[in-house]
Amino acid sequence: MTEFLQQLVNGLAQGGIYALIALGYTMVYGVLRFINFAQGDVFMLGAFAGFYLGPTILRITGSGPSYLGAALVLIAAMATCGLIGVVIERLCYRPLRSRPRITVLITAIGVSLLLENAGQLVFGADPKSFPELITDRALEFPVSWGSLSALTITLSQVLVVGVTLALLLILRQIVRHTRIGLAMRALSLNPTAAQLCGINLDRVIAFTFGLGSALAGAAGILISIQQPSIDPLMGINAGMKAFVAAVLGGVGNLSGAVLGGMLIGLTEALVVGYLSPTYRDPIVFAVLILILLFRPSGLLGRTEREKV
Amino acid sequence: MPRSNLIFFGVLLALGALNPLMGTLNPYYYDILIGIGINVILAVSLNLINGYTGQFSLGHAGFMAVGAYTASWVTLHFGASSGIPGPVLFALALLLGSLGAAVAGLAVGIPSLRLRGDYLAIVTLGFNEIIKGGIQNADALGAQRGLGGMVQYTGFFATFACAALTIVVVYNLIHSTYGRGFIATHDDEIAAEAVGLNTTRYKITAFAVGAFFAGLAGGLYAHFKQFIHPEGFGFMRSIDIVVMVILGGMGRMTGVCLAAVLLTVLPELLRTVSHLESLPEWLRRIAENRMIFYSLLLIVLMLARPQGLFNFRLPFTRKGRSS
Repeated sequence: MTEFLQQLVNGLAQGGIYALIALGYTMVYGVLRFINFAQGDVFMLGAFAGFYLGPTILRITGSGPSYLGAALVLIAAMATCGLIGVVIERLCYRPLRSRPRITVLITAIGVSLLLENAGQLVFGADPKSFPELITDRALEFPVSWGSLSALTITLSQVLVVGVTLALLLILRQIVRHTRIGLAMRALSLNPTAAQLCGINLDRVIAFTFGLGSALAGAAGILISIQQPSIDPLMGINAGMKAFVAAVLGGVGNLSGAVLGGMLIGLTEALVVGYLSPTYRDPIVFAVLILILLFRPSGLLGRTEREKV
Repeated sequence: MPRSNLIFFGVLLALGALNPLMGTLNPYYYDILIGIGINVILAVSLNLINGYTGQFSLGHAGFMAVGAYTASWVTLHFGASSGIPGPVLFALALLLGSLGAAVAGLAVGIPSLRLRGDYLAIVTLGFNEIIKGGIQNADALGAQRGLGGMVQYTGFFATFACAALTIVVVYNLIHSTYGRGFIATHDDEIAAEAVGLNTTRYKITAFAVGAFFAGLAGGLYAHFKQFIHPEGFGFMRSIDIVVMVILGGMGRMTGVCLAAVLLTVLPELLRTVSHLESLPEWLRRIAENRMIFYSLLLIVLMLARPQGLFNFRLPFTRKGRSS
């Protein structure tokens, strides 16, 4: 029982990372109807932004790891990645907006490969050890909790789930209660009509890309606090898993992305715990194929009718 | 007899005549030459799926893996014990490998009925990972250790005869009355269905035939290198083939063949460049990493020349279609 609960805890912490990246996929898909393949690599850039900015920020906030320092690094990485997302959209995707979707898809794959390989060139291909932002430790539980007290839950795991949920709530507020959020929803319903109502298409799309990339950047910092070894190819696997999570939850649906992320994290943890780590990737992709076959709109998504 | 078939037999004769000369070739160049032949098969077969039929498969290396492992298993199991002569056994192994890959192609083609564009790309990529994962867990196929010990049956004649066969089959298929349906499916699926074409069947056929030849390439590859490893059939290998098709121009036979040749030779050239002492250090480091070139090529091509680099004639499709 304890082992099972332990796997659930590990799964949720990993799922939070997937959920944050999946939110970016979902938002961009909602507005542009296209999968930003580079999302996973922006996640990697977030981790490297933390790697390079972290020591400086820690020096300014005073010596040693602290919550304030960690929060500042998180914000700095989110800002960096948001900016990178906007630049990628401006340079690579905006000129192609009226082209066939396959062209944009190929470009997105190109951007993803470029970030991975330029990353290897600039940062070096070997894994780097991430600076310690907070002192990670296992939480202690009272003995009276019975088998629960044997669980190992680390501070960073709690942080990942907490920050994920907090960012989801902020995101929901932005989408539901701000003017730009209204514009995003309008655009995802009907781009032409939205433009006729005076919505600036370019600005809203750039904002969406920035927001999605910032979330991936946050995920990059959070994973590095949990597993402080980062390398330029870390985004490939995480990006694909997050994509599966977005599809599982229903592409275009914010809560769905988080639900999907958590479910994929749990599935992975259970497969690793009870089967074998070598089955982890094949089973996640099998989940994707089954979902697309039997419920293509995802768990929480709406079905869209195709019109001629 | 159609002209393309006459050319095909002419090419076979020429290959047979050239074959003895190849033994004298420098082993390094011979290696590249066989690589070209295998890549041409892969690129032309993927072109049937991604180019002519307008689907987007990112899992071609998976089909190649099925062919490579099936063919190797056959030659390893029946090699010494049975009295079957080598070439016959090899031909049989290649055929079985290709058929195995075609079955895998059917398995991927069927879900593709409901998906298009980005989703299809991800699902084929997923299938590629599932095939790779299956091999990594199959002890009979060497699992994580890789599979070795195959006899080097693949030679110059076998490789290029197979390449010529692939080209002529795909060419004839596309130019037959039946085959026009592939292009119709690519151009406008709804319109094609409205005039009574069974687009579903075209898509599945494209996947099965494309996978068949990818499996053939896999069998040739395994019996040339004499060692195969699941990591060699991953996502990156699939991307290699996709880049060939895109660079050559999706749906252009000649362009795709040229691109396959270029992209087999290019990494070797880049390797030579990266060893030139006279060049600055950063340039040499970039030259070491061919994927940087590939990715930049993809982005710049899509921005500036989406019809492909070697696509000289006007594309047969209308511009501005959305799919």
